[in-house]
Amino acid sequence: MKKILYFISGSIFGVGLIISGMSNPQKVLSFLDIFGNWDPSLMFVMIGAISITAIYFMIIKNKSTKLSIDKKLIVGSSIFGIGWGLVGICPGPAIVVLGSANIKGVIFFIALLIGMFLQNKIVK
Amino acid sequence: MNIDFANFTPLASLFGGLLLGISIITLHFFFKRIAGISGIINSLLTKTETNDYKFNSILFILGLVLSPLIYSLFATPINVSIEKNFLFVVLGGLLVGFGTTLASGCTSGHGVCGVSRFSIRSIIATLCFMFSGIVTVFIFNHLL
Repeated sequence: MKKILYFISGSIFGVGLIISGMSNPQKVLSFLDIFGNWDPSLMFVMIGAISITAIYFMIIKNKSTKLSIDKKLIVGSSIFGIGWGLVGICPGPAIVVLGSANIKGVIFFIALLIGMFLQNKIVK
Repeated sequence: MNIDFANFTPLASLFGGLLLGISIITLHFFFKRIAGISGIINSLLTKTETNDYKFNSILFILGLVLSPLIYSLFATPINVSIEKNFLFVVLGGLLVGFGTTLASGCTSGHGVCGVSRFSIRSIIATLCFMFSGIVTVFIFNHLL
């Protein structure tokens, strides 16, 4: 029965993405367009999410111990950013958009799964 | 720098962000699991995870999928429009899937969870995807 919390967490996460504007590709692209007509709203998503989560992790004394910065981290994150900047959708919103029954959203999600599958196959 | 005040929604974004935090804390407090969405999706594609672990991932994803419906019970339903053409949608999806898996995290896993734990790895990852995202949008909006 406790497992229902997985479903509830997922719903809260999704509603959070919707309310914050993260699941709106146009808002994301406008957030990344710092040299154009810049909409800084999504900075406040980071502020809201990080503040409360950081307090929690401090209380339970969970600190990150992994320090290794490797090529995979840098290259992978940079590749991710290009895709994010192209369409304005990252993995969480990709699932939310899927639920809003948008045809391009469905195609984006399938492509995302293929990208993950290829990475799992190619990179050892 | 020119700020788009017409579309500026600091309070809604802050509140949405708090909800993300509540979800992340719930998942970690009860299950010791980090709410990194790319990792949760990819756990379904890897053979090494147990069926129980995969089932939990599916429950979380189901919550995400149904969130537009849940949201529409309380507010005006969202209407997502993706303006880029199909070629860019496919290319973007491939890059997001490949990149987040290679980097072991995305906006949620690195950008929120990792940064909240002051992980150097996650701070570097966040700077990388923010930078390449900004450069990509700059090229499309101001160079092409």
